[in-house]
Amino acid sequence: MQSNVQQFPPFREAAAPHGHDDHGHHEHAEPGFWQQYVFSTDHKVIGIQYGLVSLSFMLFGFFLMLLMRWQIAHPGVPVPVLGPLLEKVLGQPAAHGAISPDLYNSFGAMHGTIMVFLGVVPLAFAAFGNYVTPLMIGAPDMAFPKLNMASFHVFFLGGVVMLVSFFIPGGAAQAGWTAYSPLATTIPTNGQAFWLVGMVLLITSSLLGAVNFIATIIQLRAPGMTWMRMPFFVWAQFVTAFILLLAFPPLEAAGVLQLMDNVAHTSFFLPTGLAVGGQLADVSGGGSPLLWQHLFWFLGHPEVYVLILPAMGIVAEIVANNTRKPLWGYKSLVYSALFVGFLSFIVWAHHMYLTGMGQKIATFFQTTTMIISVPSVIILTCLFLSLWGGSIRINTPMLFALGFLPMFGIGGLTGLPLGLAAADLYLHDTYYVIAHFHYVVAPGTIFALFAGVYFWFPKMTGRKMNEFWGRVHFWCSFTFMNVVFMPMFAQGIKGMLRRMSDGGVNYSAARVPNAIDALPGTVMQLNGWILWAAIALGIAQLPFIINLFWSIRHGEKVDNNPWQATTLDWQTPTPPPHGNFAHEPHTVRGPYEYSAPGHATDFTPQDEPAAGAAPKNKTEHH
Amino acid sequence: MEIPYTVQNRPDTGIYNAKLGIWLFLASEVMLFGGLFSAYVLLRVGAEPGMWPHGWLNVTLGTVNTLLLALSAITTLLAWAACKVRDFGKFKIFHGCTILLALTFLGIKSYEYHDKLIHYEIALTNGKFADGHLVEKSKDFDLLKKIGTVTLHGHIVEDRRELMDLRSPEAQAAKHEDITIAAADIKKMGNYGPRHNTFTAIYFTLTGLHALHILGGTLVIFYFWGPGSRMWKTDPERFTNRIEVSGLFWHFVDLVWIFLFPVLYLT
Repeated sequence: MQSNVQQFPPFREAAAPHGHDDHGHHEHAEPGFWQQYVFSTDHKVIGIQYGLVSLSFMLFGFFLMLLMRWQIAHPGVPVPVLGPLLEKVLGQPAAHGAISPDLYNSFGAMHGTIMVFLGVVPLAFAAFGNYVTPLMIGAPDMAFPKLNMASFHVFFLGGVVMLVSFFIPGGAAQAGWTAYSPLATTIPTNGQAFWLVGMVLLITSSLLGAVNFIATIIQLRAPGMTWMRMPFFVWAQFVTAFILLLAFPPLEAAGVLQLMDNVAHTSFFLPTGLAVGGQLADVSGGGSPLLWQHLFWFLGHPEVYVLILPAMGIVAEIVANNTRKPLWGYKSLVYSALFVGFLSFIVWAHHMYLTGMGQKIATFFQTTTMIISVPSVIILTCLFLSLWGGSIRINTPMLFALGFLPMFGIGGLTGLPLGLAAADLYLHDTYYVIAHFHYVVAPGTIFALFAGVYFWFPKMTGRKMNEFWGRVHFWCSFTFMNVVFMPMFAQGIKGMLRRMSDGGVNYSAARVPNAIDALPGTVMQLNGWILWAAIALGIAQLPFIINLFWSIRHGEKVDNNPWQATTLDWQTPTPPPHGNFAHEPHTVRGPYEYSAPGHATDFTPQDEPAAGAAPKNKTEHH
Repeated sequence: MEIPYTVQNRPDTGIYNAKLGIWLFLASEVMLFGGLFSAYVLLRVGAEPGMWPHGWLNVTLGTVNTLLLALSAITTLLAWAACKVRDFGKFKIFHGCTILLALTFLGIKSYEYHDKLIHYEIALTNGKFADGHLVEKSKDFDLLKKIGTVTLHGHIVEDRRELMDLRSPEAQAAKHEDITIAAADIKKMGNYGPRHNTFTAIYFTLTGLHALHILGGTLVIFYFWGPGSRMWKTDPERFTNRIEVSGLFWHFVDLVWIFLFPVLYLT
């Protein structure tokens, strides 16, 4: 039995099991282009919209990073190939095709902002969450479809505002993605105001999304889909949604206050006696720069778990599916995710040990930070143990999922020294932090997201992505990611500061030979290696981009459940029609019934009637 | 395709979708205003001694506004109750009152804002401070070119600190009269807008954000009272739910004011 749902008449005549519609959307009357692809309220279309837009933003953020890496490796040297274009588009800040320190700061701030708020979060939470969550819980759509559409449009608008800010006089925001005051208010560009307006839009979007997700998961679970029968992916999205719901508003509050500082010239974050350019600033003063940091990191830290939890959810699904056995410690995973979600709200000030906020507060946050590593380790351990004794099927999604495990492990473990104030005081402003954070998010989360794209692509299109090029994509990305980020640990430990536009040249032994602890030539040389590895990493994404679009029409055709998975998202027609299910699915078992003894196949779908039970008349419930 | 539990409660959760949605939204609103109130606390605690203003706001107007919102909470509840017993006429009356009360609130709020924006503090070249409401500026008044005069209704003090606590006996006893000041004698002039000091900044921001919530809530209630009330004929149960959900939001906005009023007006 391939799929239980197919025993019943199709939901609609038009909804053939193997659709030729590339975007998984069927209607009675053919809706127009705008109706179908832009103003759609179907969670699957919205998920794909989020996916494509956030992937594009990730590519854009990657290019910003490449330009920065060039500047770090070759400070002041005009950028090859792209230099003249930069000068033409951005003017003075990119004079002679070289990147000025101001422009470097802009790129740094916008790389962080775009990657986090316009790239990874929308892809991990909004795109996969939208497409997969309702399918997994057996719902016809999200609880509030129109709100869903609105949240995508607000997100898109926020992205546009961020992009536009590159082209205003003075350029985009330069105060880092953390936008610390008073720097964020005193830099003479309106980029920061654009950044804040963009952030308020993005926050609004994710609030609407979070409300929608939580309501959907609580209200629209299919009959029999009890809490402990939900796939771990759904749990991860559920916790993520709560984090977004409760952690983002304080940043919105902070954003409003900083916007007031920038536009209405208030002094929420500007201290008394603030001097700008050697002169006393014309502000009333009395504000607190530390307040901004508290409000920012109250979001900022939970945000890390917004980045990582959906990734763990994706990896869990793929690991269970490809080891062909139940996840090890499903309940531990669920409770750990809930515990992480709760604890993530009381660890934020471990980003602020350097601010001099006091030993007692630092002690509290060191303690909570060490505690939060426990559930994270439990999750990772459960995923590792799930591999034990499985007959592992290696395919592209599984490769990326397997790559995620050690990469996230490195990212997590190197975070421990940063959680302790004594070590953090030295490491905090160095490349060590960059390396740590990127190991968590780049080869960590982003690998999981790639895994998800390869995994659910057949559900979205009815075709598989090319396996060979998928593996090329994986092995090249895996190699170059590590060549990019591993040397940064060494640079950081040697004391290379992380926000310098010259890549540390002014602190190098070559420039200041007599200085104590000047950066040795070997450490400076790594900048060159990282640049070339980053370029190679960019080239390694080409197979993915081509594969993604080529496979929509030319990939290998597959049936509804090509991975032979148990969860409900695979028990629908492919691509799922509007309304998703031919019949409301009735869940009768847990999410990972793989290799059940005595069963004909090595997987038992969640909605397959229990053996011996008479076939139910599914219509009686409606 | 139909989404379940848009009107009826889901049996095991005992709630319909929109009601759950609004409660979740309100949870995020609690965090939003929670962040702002925390900012207020930190800024006030960190203020220089003697530099946090007291008695700058009109307690009478604040009390009236508090009562207006309290009344509107009652009419909102009655409007929903009227829907529950299927009395459309009463619904119209009660929510009509809600809208009028809300608009009166916003009217009083704008008057208070206006009062602050025409209130000037002028640092004089002799080191003293003139403080009062603007009566008039001479036609040729230009601060940069140092020509013309400005007339305030207020008083002149030696030290800015005297302007901070308006509830003190000295401040109560101060005599207010029309003062005309030449532009040449002015070192710095500014109104009591958001940039005046931390208190006006947080006052305008908090009450402004709250007023936006009032405005948004009023628009939604007005829509359900006017054009949106057509749903009463086709689906009264769903319409009643809408009134309940918008009412929940309205009660939250009232509740925020219950915190704002003592924090800003009474301390």
